Parts: sequence; C-alpha cells; structure tokens
Amino acid sequence: MAHIIGSISTSHVPAIGGALARQKQQDPYWKPFFDAYGKAREWLGRERPDVVVILHNDHGLNFFLDKMPTFAVGAADAYKNADEGWGIPPLAAARGCVDLSWHIVETLVEDEFDITTCQEALIDHSVSLPLALLWPEGKDAGEWPVEIVPVCINTVLAPYPSAARCYRLGQSLRRAIESWDDDRRVLVVASGGLSHQLDGERAGFINKPFDLQFMESMVSDPTWVTRYSNDELVELTGTQGIELLMWVAARGVLDDTPVRQHHAHYHVPISNTATGLLVLEPA
Amino acid sequence: MTAATRKRRRQIPGTVIFDGDLARTGYALNRMCFSFNSAECREAFLRDEEAYMSRYNLTETQKEAVRSRQVLRMIAAGGHPYYLAKLAGIFGLDMQDIGAQQTGVTKEAFQAKLIAAGA
Repeated sequence: MAHIIGSISTSHVPAIGGALARQKQQDPYWKPFFDAYGKAREWLGRERPDVVVILHNDHGLNFFLDKMPTFAVGAADAYKNADEGWGIPPLAAARGCVDLSWHIVETLVEDEFDITTCQEALIDHSVSLPLALLWPEGKDAGEWPVEIVPVCINTVLAPYPSAARCYRLGQSLRRAIESWDDDRRVLVVASGGLSHQLDGERAGFINKPFDLQFMESMVSDPTWVTRYSNDELVELTGTQGIELLMWVAARGVLDDTPVRQHHAHYHVPISNTATGLLVLEPA
Repeated sequence: MTAATRKRRRQIPGTVIFDGDLARTGYALNRMCFSFNSAECREAFLRDEEAYMSRYNLTETQKEAVRSRQVLRMIAAGGHPYYLAKLAGIFGLDMQDIGAQQTGVTKEAFQAKLIAAGA
C-alpha cells in the first residue's frame, strides 16, 4: 500500500520563474518569499517522497478553450514544460508515474468523477514552479527527484467545479493512492492562490483576512470554505483567487485524518498575488 | 446575442467572470492570443499585426481593442486574462503595468497598493 506523507500547498506566479532565472532569491523583494520554502524542503528531506500528485490549473499552455475539461488526469511518461509566451525559460520535464496515473483514473471514474485522461500533456508554471521551489537542486540538475501525476482543475472557464466537489475529488484521490499496490511514498501538492485578481477595474484585489482564515481552516475545519459558491469565492478572493480550489482538493486527500501544521507562511505581494505556503502532515 | 449564462452570474464590481458568454464572443481573440505561446507566432504578429489579426478572424471590435492596447477594452471584447497576458508579454508589459493601466493609476501607485494589502 502506498503511503501519503502529507501535503504542501503553495502559490504559483510566473514572476517566480523570472526571479529564479535571474537568481533574485536574496533580493529584498523576494527573500521573504523564497526563504519560507526552507522548512518545507527540510521536511521533504526527512519524508523522502517518491511520487507527487499535484493539483494545479493550466493557464493556456496545455488546454485552450476549444476543449476545456473540468478535471484532467495526466497519464504520460513525461511532461514537458514549454514557452508560455511571457518570457520565462522552460524548466526540466517531469517524469510521470504512469502506474499511479491509471490507478487514479480507474478509481476516480469508479467514484463517478468523469475525468479526462491525458497521455500527452504539457505542464506550465503551475507545476514546474512548485517543483523548482521544493527541489531547487533538481531545477539546477535538469532532473526532478520525484515522479508526478498532474491533476488539472479548470479555473479558466466558468462554471468551475464547486469547493465541495473539489474536496470530494481529493477524498477519491486518497482512496486511489491508499489502494495502490505499491510501497512508494506519495506527497500531495496543491498549486494555486491565494487571493489575487489580474483583470478588470478591481485588478490588484487582495483579501488578507480571508486568506488567513482560509489557511487556518485547512488545519482545523477543512470543509469551512465549502459554504461559499464559486461566485462568492471570486468576490472574496479575486478572479484568480478561485485557484484556492487546488488547496481544497489537496485537503480532501488528507480528509478527516487529524493533521498537524508543520509549516505555514503568508506573504503579500509577489507580483499581484497574495502567496501562501502550508505543509500539513498526518498528526 | 443572448446572454445565456450571464444572467446566472453574481454581479461583482470591477470584475468579470469569464463564462460561456465571453467564451463565445471572445473566441477568435483568445485563439489568436493562445498562438503566442509560440515565438514564431509572436514574431509574425509583430511583423504585421493587421494581417495576423485578420488571419485569426478577429472582429472589428476586437481589432480596435488590440490596436488601442487597452486591456479593459480587450476584456470587453471577450479576452480572457490568461490569454491576454501572452499578448501583453509581446509588448513587454508585466502584471503591474497591466494592473496600473486597468485601474487608472501609475505603476508605482499600483505596486504600493499591493504592498499595503499585505500590511
């Protein structure tokens, strides 16, 4: 049986890729953000995951509006990162954990999640940047020390799946991982959020009180956020703040296990985004 | 055109939720912007913007919005922020440039507002 070591939830912002490329980690603007990942990396050094199931949202690299799946599960041997059009150098491809991918596909559909499977897929900054933040030596070596299963949730074209639905997706992912006949150690990563809005007259909107309450709820009251509709969440967190759905799904993977907060960090702003980092492990 | 989905949406000041209505009106514009993942396509746009927009069948409203370089006009023409960001990248604009433009303040003022939100 595979073992779930815990979860790491993190924001992703294209500008982080630019800062990595220009080695700005110690610049005053960037230092508080990058330094926060040290504790997550120490934890990973002890917990040694083999596979990462990463909940993320695509930004117009792998999917266009011609076909927009609500939930898409990667089932590829390898996932290349590529030019997203805003000048960030692509990072190394990630190896796929195909056995777990297909086991997840079987389990999710059994649980009535009508997902899309992708035997070929590109990963954008929502996957490559969390890998680079958690394994900087892998970024430098051009090879990540983990295999991945990307699970993409649509936050591009409304209607998006509800927070409650995303939580249940996480619960089903847990059932899949725990029934996988393999002794590998699995880390769950959520990539997205927290509050931010890029577009419209309300561009630059950030809601620190809500973000902090949301992060706290991830520890003590994981379904708290499911009381809100997605339109309400957009109002509370911004048009792109809805990416918090990734955190909700990842929390669903840990489900009702008592969890311990190993590390939490909140920093505003990186580019236009309120950034959060949360490391949870079974208590 | 009928607003098949808009009437279902919550009205949030200064905020547009990109849904089926915008996906319909904005398709050509977004499809053009999606092509800008490719460096060759970005160069082709820069070489002949008008020809490139025609090749992707942009409506006159969408062409006018692109010519104006005004992000709010592009959003009104159905542009999605993720795809529009690829267009903005061609002009060397970052997210604070775009945020400042949309909110009618200087880039410095926009950045200061973001920092204040974290205090």
